[in-house]
Amino acid sequence: MEFDDLYQEIILDHYRHPRHAGDVPEEELLVEEENPTCGDQIRLTAMVKDGTVMDIKYEARGCAISMASASMMSEDLIGKPIDAVRGRIRTFVKLMRGEGESMPDEPGDLIALEGVKQFPMRIKCATMCWHAADQALDKLTGGTGPCAMSG
Amino acid sequence: MDPLQAVRTDEPGPALDSRRIRWDFPILGRLVHQDKPLAYLDNAATTQKPKAVMDALETYYASYNSNVHRALHALGEQATLAYEEARARCAGLIGAAAPEEVIFTRGTTESINLVAHSWGRRHIGEGDEIILTEMEHHSNLVPWQLLASERGARLRFVPVREDGTLDMEGYRSMLSPRVKLVAFTHVSNILGTVNPAREIIAAAQREGAVTLIDAAQSVPHRPVDVQALGCDFLACSGHKMAGPTGIGLLYGRRTLLEEMPPFLSGGEMIKKVTLETATWADLPHKFEAGTPHIAGAIGLGEAVRYLQGIGMEAVQAHESEITQYALERLQQVPGLRILGSAPDRGGVISFTVDDMHPHDIAQYVDSHGVAIRAGHGCAQPLLRAFGHTAVSRASFYIYTLREEIDQLYEALIKAKEFFSHGI
Repeated sequence: MEFDDLYQEIILDHYRHPRHAGDVPEEELLVEEENPTCGDQIRLTAMVKDGTVMDIKYEARGCAISMASASMMSEDLIGKPIDAVRGRIRTFVKLMRGEGESMPDEPGDLIALEGVKQFPMRIKCATMCWHAADQALDKLTGGTGPCAMSG
Repeated sequence: MDPLQAVRTDEPGPALDSRRIRWDFPILGRLVHQDKPLAYLDNAATTQKPKAVMDALETYYASYNSNVHRALHALGEQATLAYEEARARCAGLIGAAAPEEVIFTRGTTESINLVAHSWGRRHIGEGDEIILTEMEHHSNLVPWQLLASERGARLRFVPVREDGTLDMEGYRSMLSPRVKLVAFTHVSNILGTVNPAREIIAAAQREGAVTLIDAAQSVPHRPVDVQALGCDFLACSGHKMAGPTGIGLLYGRRTLLEEMPPFLSGGEMIKKVTLETATWADLPHKFEAGTPHIAGAIGLGEAVRYLQGIGMEAVQAHESEITQYALERLQQVPGLRILGSAPDRGGVISFTVDDMHPHDIAQYVDSHGVAIRAGHGCAQPLLRAFGHTAVSRASFYIYTLREEIDQLYEALIKAKEFFSHGI
């Protein structure tokens, strides 16, 4: 695997123009995640209504992969029913860890992140925001999602 | 403060021909990512190994592999001789009074843990103080945290100033009879700062404190003499000085080592064993339980021979010259900031570049054949003090060429272009 497989143009585009990024005030904050190895950070909030994820907002600091992943994730998950969202988180995280084979259905831009799984050092960069979203849903629904179940 | 002004350039020293030296390191000729020449600038993490070291390992396994000590046969005698000769070489490198003051360990981390367990548990008690610095590698921090919490002792930290030097006034004001140990890094693995070891030790000794030097980044790069420094303990790693991984040293002052209990116990380290009790072997074997890393020690001995052949003054002079060049070159990269500007510094430069994450930088320059490190460098508290969680780090050795610094420079310029404008 080479550099260009990792940093595709779509990833750079999301990195430079992150979708759904914005300030997350303390009162809205649901999850704060940090990767102490590299200092990547994400503060995330979400809104659920009638079983559907209506909005995700995050404040992130990190490398191009982690920022792009958060941007793509929010675009991918917003507007989908919670069950579907949980399924997509499970599929994506499994794919990154090498435990699954395919992207979530109709992956859209997410497809550009597939190359990350070939770079073991960077997998956490791509998955941190997905874990954060999963935990945010736990808080909003009182249940436990795929990330908690698989450790 | 301008880091360029800060570097010492008045070191003459005999010249070292890094271009010739490179022939001794087969790995330096390889290409990465299909067709990129390798610029290996991650030497503070581990250095490459010369052919002589690899040959020494192979020769041991191929022609006299045997366990050391007590073997009454030809191979055993040869192995024991080579193992002990390696110890004597290492003792010579660091100026130890006798080979028995040098104990083979797995590396700096184990050496420090050995002192924390064997010396620390006996001598550190409730209310005692241990002085460290804010620039310690985790390996010279965490063992003392564990010891302090176990014994009810207190850790104190010499502050690091903005220029990357230690606040020596602050240090002196911390000293008191409560201080039982002062443990500090000789050369910072992040800032490159060379700490005034002699001064630190002399002040500690006036209060009767024992001193330990984490020399992982100094012994490989400059002349170090434990007797001239006056330290009680010194720890370093073989793999950072052209030797194999899994082998390192602990130097200890004989009087201290003699009264210390063993660290690990079992074979090799005993004198007499009954079912109920055992007595300890003499130095250094008391601290070398089990079959040691014989090949590693022999390989390290060969690495020391190799370095001594070049001369540690020459090693230091070359690194000083290449570091000076790298500082100049890197400062030409827009938005690049170097951590620390100590007047006396080793061949380590940590930096950040505006709007680029260290991971992205490292990955990008790697695609151009340049190996640098990105992350916290096992010194999270220090980086936090400088307002970072991660940095990029380039570090040099005897074979580092100016062209490799240029290769890094070019790659950084391209990286800026890439992450701001795209492909």
